[in-house]
This record gives sequence, C-alpha cells and structure tokens, in this order.
Amino acid sequence: MVLTSEAWPAVQRQFFSWFHFKESFPDVARGFWLDIRMFLVAEVLILAFALVLAMIRSLRGPAFFPLRAIVVTYIDLIRGVPILLLILLLGFGVPALQLTGVPTSRIFWGVAALVISYSAYTAEVYRAGIESVHESQRMSARSIGLTQVQALRFVIVPQAIRNVIPALLNGFVSLQKDVALVFVLGVREGLREADIYNARTFNYTSYVVAAVLFLLISVPVARFTDWYTERDRRRRQAMST
Amino acid sequence: MTSPKLEIESVSKAFEEKVVLEDVDLQVNLHDVVCLIGSSGSGKSTLLKCINLLVPIDGGRIALDGEAITDPRVNPNQVRQRMGIVFQAFNLFPHMKVLDNVTLGPRKVHGTGQGEAEDTARRLLDQFGLLDKADEYPDRLSGGQQQRVAIVRALAYEPELMLLDEVTSALDPELIAEVLNVIRDLKTSGMTMLIATHEMGFARDVADQVCFLDAGRILEQAPPDKLFKDPQEPRTRQFLQRIVEAGRL
Ligand SMILES: Nc1ncnc2c1ncn2[C@@H]1O[C@H](COP(=O)(O)OP(=O)(O)O)[C@@H](O)[C@H]1O
Ligand SMILES: [Mg+2]
Repeated sequence: MVLTSEAWPAVQRQFFSWFHFKESFPDVARGFWLDIRMFLVAEVLILAFALVLAMIRSLRGPAFFPLRAIVVTYIDLIRGVPILLLILLLGFGVPALQLTGVPTSRIFWGVAALVISYSAYTAEVYRAGIESVHESQRMSARSIGLTQVQALRFVIVPQAIRNVIPALLNGFVSLQKDVALVFVLGVREGLREADIYNARTFNYTSYVVAAVLFLLISVPVARFTDWYTERDRRRRQAMST
Repeated sequence: MTSPKLEIESVSKAFEEKVVLEDVDLQVNLHDVVCLIGSSGSGKSTLLKCINLLVPIDGGRIALDGEAITDPRVNPNQVRQRMGIVFQAFNLFPHMKVLDNVTLGPRKVHGTGQGEAEDTARRLLDQFGLLDKADEYPDRLSGGQQQRVAIVRALAYEPELMLLDEVTSALDPELIAEVLNVIRDLKTSGMTMLIATHEMGFARDVADQVCFLDAGRILEQAPPDKLFKDPQEPRTRQFLQRIVEAGRL
C-alpha cells in the first residue's frame, strides 16, 4: 500500500533517506553505545538488588516481619509509580538539592531510577521462582541445619533462578528499550541524539537509525528467549516422563 | 534402666482450627526403634516435623537427652544437626551432584573443609553401595537410590537420632527392599530411630515399640508382637484389619 501510494517518495525522503542515514548515524550510534552501557550497568545492579529483595521477602517467621514489611512496601510503592516520573524526580530533583557528597550526574540518577523501578518488578519475578520450588526442598535444607538464608542461597535460589530465566530475559528486552527514557533528562544517549538531529534537519531518518540500533539488540534477545524457553520446556517434559 | 533419648510430652499442634496432634506422649529410648503407624492424615508427618522443629508446636514439650529442645531459647539449627530426617520424596537437591548433596550440611553448617567432608561422604556412600553414584545428579538415580542417598546425607553429620517419614511410600515395590535393608543396617549399628511407615511387615521386624496414631492421638503403644497380634483398641484392630485386607501384613 504505502510502497505504491503517491505518498511514498515523501515518506522515503522523510524517514528513509540514505543521505540522512549516513549523516545521523555516527552521533546516534555514539549515543546508543551509552544506552548499552547504561543498560549493562543497570541490569547487573537490578539482578543483584532484586534477588536480595526477593530473598528478604521469602524469609519466614515473626523475627523477619519488619524487614519483610519494608520490602513489601517498597515493591508496592515503586510498582505504583510511572517509571518516567521516577526518572524525572530523581534526575532533576536530586541534583537540584545540591547536597554535598551526592552525585549530580543525570546519567547516574537516570540509571538509579531504572534500577529502583526494575528491581521492584524483578523481585516479584524471583519470588515467583522461589515459590515454585517444592516445599520439601526448604524442609530438607533446614533439616540438615542450614539457616533460612543459607537454605535460600544454596538450595532454593539456584533452582528458582532456573525456573524464571525466560521471565528475566523478557525483562532484559524491556529494560534495553526503557533505558532510552533517560533522554528526558537531556542525557545524550541514542534517542536524544536522534531527536537533536531531527530538530536540526526536520528529517526523521535519525529516529529510524535509532530504531534499527535498538532492534539489532532486542530482536536477537527475544529470539534467544524463545529458543531457551522452548528448550527448557522440552527438557522438563523429558524429565517428567 | 535404659535412658530416654527422645521424650515427647503432651504435645499438641493445630493448623488454623484443625487439630492435628492432641496431647501426644511418646518416648524413644537410646538405640531403640519406634515405628509410627496410622492411616494417612493421622499426624505422623507433622509429629516428625515437630520433633525436627520444622513445625512449631502449640503446647507440650519435646526433649532430647532430657534437655528441652522446644524451649524458645534453643537454637533450632543446632538441634537439627543432632537429628537426621528423611521424607517420602524430594529430599535431594536436584541441582547438586550426589556428593555435594551429602557434603553441603557438613561444609556450610559445621564448617568442615571440602576435602574432609568429601572423604567422609565417599566413605559413607561406599558403605551403602552408592560410591559409583557420587558424581551423578539425583535425576539419574532410581527412586530407591535417591532415598538411600538421602539417608546417607542425614548420616553425614553423625546424628544421634534418625526420623524417617514413610521413606518407601513413593517407591516402586521392587525398590522398597533396598531402602528397608539400609534401615535394618542402621538398627544393627545401634541408631535410635523414629519411623513413620506403612510397611507393617517391616515394622514388626525392626521395631522395639509400635505406636498407633489415630486422628492426632496415640491410641495404643506396645511391642510389635503384642500390638499386631493382640491390639487392645477397636480402632487399632480396624486399621490392622484394613491393612491385612490390602495384603500388606
Ligand atoms: N502445613 C499444613 N497446613 C495445614 N494443614 C496441614 C499441614 N500439614 C499437615 N496438615 C494436616 O494435618 C493432618 C495430618 O497430616 P500429616 O501429619 O501429614 O499426616 P500423615 O503423615 O499421618 O499422613 C492432615 O489432615 C493434613 O491435611
Ligand atoms: Mg505423612
């Protein structure tokens, strides 16, 4: 339809101009490299922090009630706030306080907002995994004298993570796109660079460049996730027969 | 006079409203084997879990060597190391090799060095004919082998008392004997044991005392010859009757 319509030459000029593609590519790619680095740092922190949250939430007994309550409150509050709001709040708000010893970098606070937000969701993914491990495993671990934390660490969590790897990978894809949200802070990442180019030239090809770069990462991860999930499903089936 | 290894005194337990153990009294003497029999849901598993402090009791007292382990000041992790417990199924950690399953407790709880823990584990595995399985993952073992490994794992920290909860109930009939033989060997070696079982022939064979548990109460306790041949309580007679009809005695 679009290809045969009379609008096509205009569309091509505005979105798929080879000239603008080449022109905008270096800046957008440099910005995108920042996206990737922010993504990697954030993801590592999220995986670690969320696991700690999930483990705390899984501790039993009245002694751990205060800790559990703090974690539950954190998860509920953070999941109820739009991620963009959190980025704006931390990215503009905290540096504006001009506190000594507190970083003022917008990249820092942008990534911090992503970590804070994604950890709340990822903690729930881990928790689902922890709860999917058979109760006998916890009993067995405790019966050989392991503490609750040791039982989680050596027995429950390793099995839980296996059960939720597909869900964690889906989180990767989602975060890999959401890092671009820090562009609202003026951080010169890929989307921001595309935006700047567009503002200068009124041509949208730079956005397409950014889209292509994001897709180059997210599509393979999505394929890998499917492949892994399918392999895992087949292995479980083979084991249960 | 034999000394009581384990004393259970008027222990009660309810889940929500549901009373599962009611005023249970039971003693296990050193080197004795006590078998718990009773229909499914009578509270056998709950009682064993209470003794291992995996389930908190609502009332009463449990003592090991005369020392109350249900006292809130007692560290449950230390108590658990003095007893081994093996459940019906899912005992082994599927993501660890057999050897690591056996050494995990000694290494993490006792701080035994890797080398020493593995030596002990291999010696025990060898003793129970499982040495060639040391580097296998549990899902490569038969159900009987898995249960034997679970017993070995419990033995690895030299418990003073073993609690066995229907360890053969989930097994195919041809695998039951190998596990029961391991338990017989343990009795020969002088291990004190409290065993919940549906294997009446085995109970008659190995037990010094048999307790019949009915709806959370110990209705009758006697040496096996007496309990199986001349049960006093009508409920015990009914239960044994059903077992005989099912061809299990
Ligand atoms: N964690 C639990 N929560 C609620 N009810 C339980 C729990 N564990 C056991 N029960 C109940 O307690 C009763 C006794 O169970 P159990 O001790 O497993 O009996 P047995 O081992 O003799 O079959 C059953 O009615 C069971 O449903
Ligand atoms: Mg049971």
